[in-house]
Parts: sequence; C-alpha cells; structure tokens
Amino acid sequence: MVPHEAGWSLTDLLFGLPACAALFLYSWAVYKSNRIGRLRQWPVYRTVLWFAGVLCISAALVGPLAAQSHHSFTWHMASHLLLGMLGPLLMALAAPMTLVLRTLDVRKARRISKLLSSRAVGFYTNPIIASLFNIGGLWILYTTGLFQAMHANLLLHVLVHLHMLAAGYLFTISMIYIDPVSHRHSFRFRTAVFIVALAGHGILSKFLYAYPPHGVEIEDARAGAMLMYYGGDAVDLLLIIVLFHQWYRSARRKPLPAAT
Amino acid sequence: MKTDAKHLQQLQNREVHYKRNLWSGILFGLGFVAFIDETIFHQLLHWHKFYDKSTVAAGLVSDGLFHAFSWFATVGGLYLVADLRRLNALWHKVWWGGKLIGGGVFQLYDGTIQHKVMRIHQIRYQVDIVPYDVVWNVTAVLMIIIGFLLIRNAKQNQMTLKGTVLHGSS
Repeated sequence: MVPHEAGWSLTDLLFGLPACAALFLYSWAVYKSNRIGRLRQWPVYRTVLWFAGVLCISAALVGPLAAQSHHSFTWHMASHLLLGMLGPLLMALAAPMTLVLRTLDVRKARRISKLLSSRAVGFYTNPIIASLFNIGGLWILYTTGLFQAMHANLLLHVLVHLHMLAAGYLFTISMIYIDPVSHRHSFRFRTAVFIVALAGHGILSKFLYAYPPHGVEIEDARAGAMLMYYGGDAVDLLLIIVLFHQWYRSARRKPLPAAT
Repeated sequence: MKTDAKHLQQLQNREVHYKRNLWSGILFGLGFVAFIDETIFHQLLHWHKFYDKSTVAAGLVSDGLFHAFSWFATVGGLYLVADLRRLNALWHKVWWGGKLIGGGVFQLYDGTIQHKVMRIHQIRYQVDIVPYDVVWNVTAVLMIIIGFLLIRNAKQNQMTLKGTVLHGSS
C-alpha cells in the first residue's frame, strides 16, 4: 500500500525474532510441564493471554503499525499503548514465571526463586521505583529531545522501545501479583502509588496536548495526546479491576458470629 | 423465630460495618459523578474542553489526580459493595447517603475550585456561564444535604427496626 514501507526493515528482524522465540518457548514449556504427571494441566486461557500479549507487543514493534509510528505521533501513541501497557498486562496475566518454575527441574527452579527474592528484584519491583521507570521514562521521552533523536538513531530506537516494554511489565507486576512475589507490598500502598502513577500519565497527556514534543504537528500531537489519555484510562481500568479483585479474594473472612 | 434472628443479625452486621457502607458510597459517588462528567459533558455534549488554555499548572495536577482517583473510587467502591454483601451487611440507605455526599462534594469541588479557581475548563463556552455555574453548584449542595438527611433517617430507622424485632410481635 504505502510504497516506502514495503519490505522488511532491520528493526522488524530485531524485534520479530525474539517475539517468535517468546511464543515458541512458552508453548514448549506448556507442552513439557503438562507431561509431568503430578502437575495440573496449565490453563488454556493463560496460553491465550500470552499469545495475545506478545501479539500486541509485536504489532507495536514490527510491521505496518511500527512503520507508521515513525511518521505519526498518533500512531506512535497507539503503539505505546500496546507496547507499554496492554501487552505487558496480558503477558503478566499469563504467569510466565510460574510456568518457568514448574517446567524446570527442582534445582534450577530453586536457583531462580532465589534470584527472584534477591534485593535487586525487590528494588525493581517496588511500586514506586517501577512507576518512576514507567511514567518518569515517558516524561523524559516526550518532554526532551529524546523523542526526535530516537527516530534518527537505530540503537536509541531499540533501547527506548525495550525500556518501554520492560518498564511497562515491571509496573504491571509491581501492582498485581500473578506470579510468585517475595517482596510484597500492601494493597493500600500499591493503590496509593498506582493513583499517583495514573495521574502522572494523564497529566503528561494533557501537557503534550498543550505543548507538543519537538517536531510534532499540533493536530497530530492533540490526537495522540487524547489517545494516550483515554487509551491509558482503558488499560489501567483493567489493571485496577484485577488489583481490587485480588483484594476482594484475599479479604475473604468469616461472617460475624450469630447474634444471641 | 428464625427469621427474626436472621433479621437482627443483618441489622447488627450493618451497624458494625456502618463506616464501610458510608465510605463505599462516598467513593462510588465520587467516581460516578466523575464518570458522568466525562461521558455526558466531555464526550456527548462536547461542552467541556479536554484542555483550556487558561488552565493553571496546579489545575492540570488536580485534574490528573482526581481523574485517576475517580477510577479507583468507582471500582473500589463497587468491590466494597460486594464485600458488604458477602458479610450480609449492606445498608442501602447509608450507602446512598454516602453516594450523594461523595458525588456532591466532588461536583462542588469541580464547580468551584477546578472550574473557577484553577480554570481547568468552563461548563460551556460561548454562552452566559452564570446560570450554568449556579445550577451546577446548587445541585451539588442539594446532593450533599439530601445525603446527610438520608443517613440521619437510616439511623433512626435502624433504632425502630431493632426495637420491633426485639420487642415486637414475636
């Protein structure tokens, strides 16, 4: 359709191959661990979630949408929502770490769970730190020259996109606990941080509406900013529902003793 | 009298969880009004603007925080309702009172501080704004008053109901 988008670019290969690997490895782990007799079958919906998540991310990084987002801020924002928000949420819901732990033999699994309880992992999955990486990263990307520089430099382009994905995933798993977590934080604390983080996302959207990033046309910036605002709301609404659902299930208690 | 015992149990439950009923209502009311604001005034009528050039920086922050909080309040408030039902302690009148208070307080804050002081946006543009502002804020105050009356009424009701169950026609 669009002539100069024809053919595969280098980034398509750079991002496309790991995405295929992610799909293959997850499927292989499901197959392998389902054959271990003492384990329950891995739920099909988790595999579906994983595929959906990886597809969201791939759509943002590979192919026509990725190509469009070089030229249009609005499309860039659509890919940001897929790459940094919806994709990571779907992937986190697929419980990849649980799958890894049940697939590996006990010794290796122990080593990994030791790693997960390390201080470094505790640091990066702290809700405040994860929010700073995620929302702070976006502020830096759009309010400095980084956004423009990213389009000119391949390495920068790859790094920024990897950061968006990693920060989005960290943020998600710091807020909702699907996989085993050794550094847990209370619901109240996570909710408080989450509110500030979501506000930071919304404020940035309105800020970009008023003050477009360098090199972005005003109309394009406005459409992109509104997409960021409402799209962010929609994805975070899902995340909020999961968070409160987990609270609801964990707060289950016995009814009061019968009145006398 | 099994039904009486059950009824009394429920009355006691909701008294124990009075505050939870009230807060669940307040949170949901706040979220509900914010949601109405967004769907009706921003999206359907297009009266409110996404961004108004006269907005002060604090307004952007206040708007962002309240907008984010309103999502949590809506979802959290409803999960609290589910929790109260699970405890057999949902007190409808107190919940509705809380809802009107929460919604009214937010609407009043939106209509005075956010619209007028921080100038996030006006209710409508290219019209005489005064009647809009008056209706907006008077509605908010009325919601708060009705909310308080409902709660007072609920407490009085509770006393009578308990009296009937305990000393009534059993």
